Amino acid sequence: MKGSLGGRAWVFGDNVDTDQIIPAEYLVTMDNTDLAAHAFENLKPEFAKKVRAGDVIVAGRNFGCGSSREHAPRALLGAGASCVVAESFARIFFRNAINLGLPVIEARLAASGGDIIRVDLVEGVVENETKGERADFASYPPFIMMLIEKGGLVPYTKEMLGCRK
Amino acid sequence: MSKTIAEKVLSAKSGKDVRAGEIVEAKVDYIMVNDITAPAAFDEFEGLCAPILRDKVVLIPDHYVPNKDVASAKQAKKMRDFAKKHRIKSYFEVGRGGVCHQLMIEQGFVAPGRLIVGADSHTCSYGALGAFATGIGSTEAATVFARGVLWFKVPESMKFNVSGRLGKWVSGKDIALTMIGDVGVEGARYASMEVGGSSISSLPISDRITISNMGVEAGAKACIIPPDNKVDDYLRPRVRGKYKHVLADADATYSDFREYDGREIVPLVAKPFLPSNVAPASEVGVDIDQAYLGSCTNGRIEDLRIAAKILRGRKVKSSVRMIVVPATKEVFDLAVKEGLVKIFSDAGAFVSGPTCGACLGGHMGVLAPGERCVSSTNRNFVGRMGAKDSEVYLASPAVVAASAVKGRIVDPSEVSR
Ligand code: SF4
Repeated sequence: MKGSLGGRAWVFGDNVDTDQIIPAEYLVTMDNTDLAAHAFENLKPEFAKKVRAGDVIVAGRNFGCGSSREHAPRALLGAGASCVVAESFARIFFRNAINLGLPVIEARLAASGGDIIRVDLVEGVVENETKGERADFASYPPFIMMLIEKGGLVPYTKEMLGCRK
Repeated sequence: MSKTIAEKVLSAKSGKDVRAGEIVEAKVDYIMVNDITAPAAFDEFEGLCAPILRDKVVLIPDHYVPNKDVASAKQAKKMRDFAKKHRIKSYFEVGRGGVCHQLMIEQGFVAPGRLIVGADSHTCSYGALGAFATGIGSTEAATVFARGVLWFKVPESMKFNVSGRLGKWVSGKDIALTMIGDVGVEGARYASMEVGGSSISSLPISDRITISNMGVEAGAKACIIPPDNKVDDYLRPRVRGKYKHVLADADATYSDFREYDGREIVPLVAKPFLPSNVAPASEVGVDIDQAYLGSCTNGRIEDLRIAAKILRGRKVKSSVRMIVVPATKEVFDLAVKEGLVKIFSDAGAFVSGPTCGACLGGHMGVLAPGERCVSSTNRNFVGRMGAKDSEVYLASPAVVAASAVKGRIVDPSEVSR
């Protein structure tokens, strides 16, 4: 079903800023795939090579703080991440992710690298299948759920403007 | 029912009576993008089937200009070409502009009660003049180009009160660091800060901008200072269009209230690697390799005057490079006119034209591995101004200048009384 996603966990700590997600020296491109090649380059050099479609970023507090650069969620989308689960997010990262159609979930979840994570956006449940633990989160308000379902702010805006598909 | 400033502005701009927690689409007065965030916004915009709302759009190249390398030259060119193609008047070329946030304020785009967004996290600076202003991403910027509206979650508001007479070398920067040190880097997350009190009213607009600028370092969405007649005086010669003061109702609801005694605030420093890692400048004492004075946080004429006061007749220590970057052309011209550039140069500092440059580790002052910089900027994250193991200590212009003279981080009173 549409609201369900998941994959292997990549685990990070608190205050991972956008510089750590994608270093400033690579900001000269906006191509999601090109950006993904340098995602977490300093923090987890193996990430870019080993990440697989559907994988889940699990982090602590204030994920995505720092610059408003949209390159950060784009790099994660390019890497194939299906969502980010963190105890809390920096505001602009949260907005950028939602606007690009990358689900971001505020929940505290114990996980080790490689654990299998499942998320149900509609029910508001995230589960670590490997550890047998689960956490609930407040599901999105209707406006945000609508944005995610439409694939982000651009498809929504096209619809509002009456653009032809 | 009574409302905060954030609730009032978002109600007015959405045409609905809204409260914290609600999501609205609201009308934006201006949208600013810079050379880092613009290219992606342009690409997205070209995919939309609507003409650009050209009077709302402001384009400011500042981060990697004058062009740092071929890649940044291409980005800057993309901006120039877009401005031309869409006949956007508010494009500020190198030599005529400067650091985006100071320029937005100087050029009269910002005024009380306005809703302004910018594809840059320090857009919250404009709260210093009573606007609701917040940083957004490139994709949403593109949709604002076309529709002039954007979705917002009406934030909760936190009230900060600072009262009492400030000490001689105590500035807006020290107030900002006091608040961030108190609530932490996510203490105001998603919230709108409202900062007032007698210490704040006594400050010039310049220091107020420093405070609002750093709101995002506490995680805030906006950082608003209730407008007063100093704001009107500042705006008279420059504001575009009309405006009205928007103030909170006396019994508005706040999620938190913090009070500080301005008399107890001393010159502070935020040590690596978080802006909340605050200590009195007098207790830091580490040697420095570079002293940086500039940026949207502290690159205004008032900041340069304070530093010049300390540097006049003194020398930057031989082991230190001091870099001074006026935030805009207007600041640069004044600094020349008032003889400040000469004072810096005589002291052995390097003075450049306006750019973000070294503030984000871009160019014109990037740090080598292991180097340490005392900086008037707003972020000291890992690798912010260069090599991963370089260090940034955030401080006021007075602390930066005094530390440049001593070669180590000191309280300004150690150099000048
Ligand atoms: S001066 Fe620094 S903080 Fe300000 S806009 Fe430029 S890079 Fe960002």
